[in-house]
Amino acid sequence: MEIDPFIFRLSIFILSIFIGYYVVWSVTPSLHTPLMSVTNAISSVIIVGAIISALAGTSDSIFNTSSIFGFIAIILAAINIFGGFLVTQRMLQMYKKKKDKKK
Amino acid sequence: MISANLAAIFYLVSGILFILALRGLSSPDTSRQGNYFGIAGMIIAIVVTFLSIGNFSTSLVYVIIFLVIGGAIGAYIAFKIPMTAMPELVAGFHSLVGLAAVFVAIAAFLNPAAFNLGNVGNIKLASLIEMSIGAAVGAITFSGSIIAFLKLRGIMSGAPITFSGQHILNLILGISIFVLIFYLCKTQSTNIFWTVIVISFLVGVLLIIPIGGADMPVVISMLNSYSGWAAAGIGFTLENTALIITGALVGSSGAILSYIMCKAMNRSFVSVILGGFGADNSAEDKKEKKDQKPVKSGNAEDAAFLMKNASSVIIVPGYGMAVAQAQHALREMVDKLKKNDIKVTYAIHPVAGRMPGHMNVLLAEANVPYDEVFELEDINNDFANSDVAFVIGANDVTNPVAKTDPKSPIFGMPVLDVEKCKSVLFVKRSLSPGYAGIDNELFYKDNTLMLFADAKKMTEDIVKNLD
Repeated sequence: MEIDPFIFRLSIFILSIFIGYYVVWSVTPSLHTPLMSVTNAISSVIIVGAIISALAGTSDSIFNTSSIFGFIAIILAAINIFGGFLVTQRMLQMYKKKKDKKK
Repeated sequence: MISANLAAIFYLVSGILFILALRGLSSPDTSRQGNYFGIAGMIIAIVVTFLSIGNFSTSLVYVIIFLVIGGAIGAYIAFKIPMTAMPELVAGFHSLVGLAAVFVAIAAFLNPAAFNLGNVGNIKLASLIEMSIGAAVGAITFSGSIIAFLKLRGIMSGAPITFSGQHILNLILGISIFVLIFYLCKTQSTNIFWTVIVISFLVGVLLIIPIGGADMPVVISMLNSYSGWAAAGIGFTLENTALIITGALVGSSGAILSYIMCKAMNRSFVSVILGGFGADNSAEDKKEKKDQKPVKSGNAEDAAFLMKNASSVIIVPGYGMAVAQAQHALREMVDKLKKNDIKVTYAIHPVAGRMPGHMNVLLAEANVPYDEVFELEDINNDFANSDVAFVIGANDVTNPVAKTDPKSPIFGMPVLDVEKCKSVLFVKRSLSPGYAGIDNELFYKDNTLMLFADAKKMTEDIVKNLD
């Protein structure tokens, strides 16, 4: 009997939880705020789904009910992607060691 | 147009880049590189999506326009936001992820053919379950984050809002979501799908309103986790590896942060979620105590004198520092002290502030080198050997009652052993108790000098007196 592809996705999911568990425990507490903002940015990869639904409209009806939700979701996710990565970058630039400061 | 298999491999690559992005955060040195990995992963995921659809009609133009609009808004926010507003920014971003998840789920429900999930009224069972879970969790994340945002922003009072039957109501609503999803699978009814989303919005609101201000670190972490699970739910629907991996990463990240925050407060996750902590039930005995005990209070001159004659000073910042935006003045003060060869370090309690790592970011903003900033367990033994502890805007996290009085609501919470210092300077606007609603014994100790003023103003005055 063939294995349902769902099982493979479930396996990826469970293994990723374990990876997340170990990776996040190794994050230094002083970077917990950047951790939140960067996880925020990467979870906006949900934009992939938004793009698919936005592009699903036919050429004579680009904006149907389904694709409009997609388009709005694109804006929301894009705010998060740009905002999340840039604000993380801004924060990380501020973390300096003692010796850097004297330069 | 690229094949589905090739696309899947690229999605896997972007998932791995996201793992590396988090991995980079294990040290400030590697963190910037990690962020670039994250950006690369995102670009790959978006480009591959365009290529795998291969529909370069006019819709594409609109997609790019919307992408640019969103990106511009995001970039504008990222550059303009002051560092002190980081907790509400993160809460706001969480709400957007949640809402995006809801919208993608709605789009998939209305046009399942676009995602290969079957046809309207005949969506594959597994997909239907996945998308309704994604939509429900996304909706809870959205409305919950909005409430958290309003509380952090001060638009809504940070005080817990409770009413009788609250938990029962939440339970009923929670169960009804599951029941409705069950019927949704049976009937494929659009109305039931909408009802699930509306109830989930309501649950999000009800879940967060009873939770008070200083429990916000837990709430933000929890919502972070939810946004991840919502993304993962949608990831299953779209059969997209990048989204599944990311959802799992973010979900576990938020869960771990919530755990760390709860542990730092010695409270169970359940008790935080049930909320109502720090309500005003202990208001009366507070008043009595206040009248009885004498307090030593001083001014900036006294504080400057004490610190000038010290050989080591430990700074204990808290939420009050963030409110007063005192971090820059504080750095100036520390610079002056260092010029006099005084050793200065910073001690950070895990729940100081309104989100995990909040104080660290503010100190970094004020150019405090991160190797002078220590976590509770690394510095707690140093208090006994230090001359002055300078507590600025922190309160409950220094209260020795957590170690001595089993009846206290914060008993067992790990606290900074500030009282072991030779002298303690406590910058505070008044004697009012902290969030936990309890009196801080530290105020009345012989070696404590209270500095009643706004944190920023007091620090600036001390700087003047250090010359």
